[in-house]
Amino acid sequence: MKLVRSFNASRISGVILAYTALLFGALIASPAYAEYGLNFKTPVTEIAHIEYDLHMLILYICIAIFVVVFGVMFYSIYAHRKSKGSVAAKFSHSTNAEIIWTVIPIIILVTMAIPSTEALIRMEDTTNSDMTVKITGYQWKWHYDYMDHDVEMFSSISTPRAQIENKQEKGENYLLEVNNHVVLPINKKIRLLITANDVIHAWWVPELGAKKDAIPGFINEIWTKIDKPGRYRGQCAELCGKDHGYMPIVVDAVTEEEFEAWVQKQKQG
Amino acid sequence: MTATTADHHDDHHDHHPSGIGRWLFSTNHKDIGTMYLWFSFCMFIIGGLMALIVRAELFMPGLQLVTPHFFNQMTTNHALIMIFGAAMPVFVGLANWQIPMMIGAPDMALPRLNNWSFWLLPPAFTLLIGSLFSPGGAPAGGWTMYPPLSIQTGMGMDMAILAMHMMGISSIMGSINIIATILNMRAPGMHLMKMPMFVWTWLITAFLLVTSIPVLAGAITMLLTDRHFGTQFFDAAGGGDPVMFQHIFWFFGHPEVYILILPAFGVISQVIPTFARKPLFGYSSMVFAVAAIAFLSFIVWAHHMYTVGMPLAGELFFMYSTMLISIPTGVKIFNWVATMWRGSMTFETPMLYAIGTVFLFSIGGFSGLMLAITPSDFQYHDTYFVVAHFHYVIFGGTITGAFCAVYYWLPKWTGHMYDEKLGKIHFWLTVIGMNITFFPQHFLGLAGMPRRIPDYSLQFTEFNMMSTGGALLLGLSQILFLYIVMKAIKGGEKATDQVWDGAEGLEWTLPSPPPAHTFTTPPLVK
Repeated sequence: MKLVRSFNASRISGVILAYTALLFGALIASPAYAEYGLNFKTPVTEIAHIEYDLHMLILYICIAIFVVVFGVMFYSIYAHRKSKGSVAAKFSHSTNAEIIWTVIPIIILVTMAIPSTEALIRMEDTTNSDMTVKITGYQWKWHYDYMDHDVEMFSSISTPRAQIENKQEKGENYLLEVNNHVVLPINKKIRLLITANDVIHAWWVPELGAKKDAIPGFINEIWTKIDKPGRYRGQCAELCGKDHGYMPIVVDAVTEEEFEAWVQKQKQG
Repeated sequence: MTATTADHHDDHHDHHPSGIGRWLFSTNHKDIGTMYLWFSFCMFIIGGLMALIVRAELFMPGLQLVTPHFFNQMTTNHALIMIFGAAMPVFVGLANWQIPMMIGAPDMALPRLNNWSFWLLPPAFTLLIGSLFSPGGAPAGGWTMYPPLSIQTGMGMDMAILAMHMMGISSIMGSINIIATILNMRAPGMHLMKMPMFVWTWLITAFLLVTSIPVLAGAITMLLTDRHFGTQFFDAAGGGDPVMFQHIFWFFGHPEVYILILPAFGVISQVIPTFARKPLFGYSSMVFAVAAIAFLSFIVWAHHMYTVGMPLAGELFFMYSTMLISIPTGVKIFNWVATMWRGSMTFETPMLYAIGTVFLFSIGGFSGLMLAITPSDFQYHDTYFVVAHFHYVIFGGTITGAFCAVYYWLPKWTGHMYDEKLGKIHFWLTVIGMNITFFPQHFLGLAGMPRRIPDYSLQFTEFNMMSTGGALLLGLSQILFLYIVMKAIKGGEKATDQVWDGAEGLEWTLPSPPPAHTFTTPPLVK
């Protein structure tokens, strides 16, 4: 067999480790990197905060395991090369090593499972809500029914066709703007009943940390309690046909007074 | 058998089939293996072109090239063709070529069944790709075909359902053949716990296939009857439940992804010991880990469905069982590293690919662990984070594993060494292209970009552009692979029997290339 000059593996592993470190560095930089599109949007509800913290915990654990395991592997690529004179050892098993690297991952998993279980239990508790909004997915728009306030409306995308067809310059909220916003009061536990009229859709607003499938003939239930006033944009998150990418959601979180005023206006208009 | 019958039998063996009949009627595992490999490469190119159409449209926000409906047809069929036409058949091709030689058998247990298993595929894919030209176009509801959307689709869906039944039958028959071969035709002395890992992983994969494909068949038949024969399995108005389809589909779908990866794991377990010149570390644990992964794969399916509105107990169960799969998978990764440790390694193309597979699959494994965590999955589900995850495990695991296998065994099949310099260039272009394409998609998902959309809001532009650039590099690099393979078939440095300095196993005792019929007398395995 022709012995081929092998690549300079230590240079390669050095490059790879540098890339890894750079990535790691970028990822552990301040949480404000949400603005660079590298991470979740800034959470504005307790649930979104829990999801974010859990996400970062698991991510850090994964990065740590990655650095250790691939550190060992790339070191081995460097040090145990035939061209460096490494002579192959003969060992092919070690019960102790196998036990250690089975037990330690189990412990790590249990450490992850405990906060994850707590978070899930918190998220699934829809009792004691202050108001209810029924959300229905249609092909391709949303319908909102404020069941305690006798207000309802459809909400469709308001981005002009000309922008989509590249005839006009795209606006700042391209594809994330609608004609009727979902106005919700802050600091109130809001129960969202989610269903659909035709095919499966999904209602998702990332900053609220709320996503649930909208299934025709069935009603799903989630809750949200928004801490910060503001405008939060989301999208349909289940393929529902040709305009799946064109049925966004815009939530306006306002003070209780502003919400009541809006309800009154809706009832009149 | 009388003397005359034996002579007649020998005469038949001296007859060298040729022309198109050789391929249409072959019952020879090497020829059938070759057909599967070429077929899967063609499908890889076709599926890849569909992906390039998707990525071209996603290069910039706005609709530039295709309508949203055609875009959905492209994403749907890209997946169906890659999974059922490229990833699965390439490993069946490797199984056909390698398993008989690795266990010292003359051929597969059921050679005629083998022929039919292959020849079902070209018509099946003609039907599937033909659906693009039917009124209403090809299926456009995602490869997962969720109702009620898939009930709405035109006749392209029916063509796809029939095509998938044909592919499923091919897989089931192929798996029966593999199980019968491995359990019955091993050479004397080759006990189960002495089999090469590639054979073990295929034995277990074959059991996964025979158990899960019939479930897919059931699910798509129910879609067919809901579409045309008045049933309402998935229609709430008739007392049915769209979510039931998801349960049935994913009960197939999850074992399916392990079907995609386990044979690749088997290849890695052959290649790393060869190029480290050291035995595989922890052979028994590697076997048990594969069996554990296969068992667990049946009890995790609803992690694809965390947002459907499952009860809390269900969500917790599936979260725990999914997290558990990382234990045997981790054991395998550690055992491969321990095989490398204090070895005497060289880095020819198969070894580069093996290391690449372990590295890239692990990145996918980490994002998989993140996805397993139900509360955070609510933010990842149906976003590009999922797309990044599965491309890392499928491209980075299954496909790079397939490239690894082809470079490893090509000298045996053709009798010529492939061009090593070009092989390494192909490796680096593929791995770099793959990472530029898919790594940014993690960020897109985290930043809020949903899946399966032809157009997106402006903040997603930069990473989409990067991803499209990477896809172009990745796609073009595969032309180099075709060139390398053709060049090795035509000529090149003559390969020895053993080919690789550290190669061990029955296939390396045969000539390169091997004659049409090998191990007509079984070897004795010590």
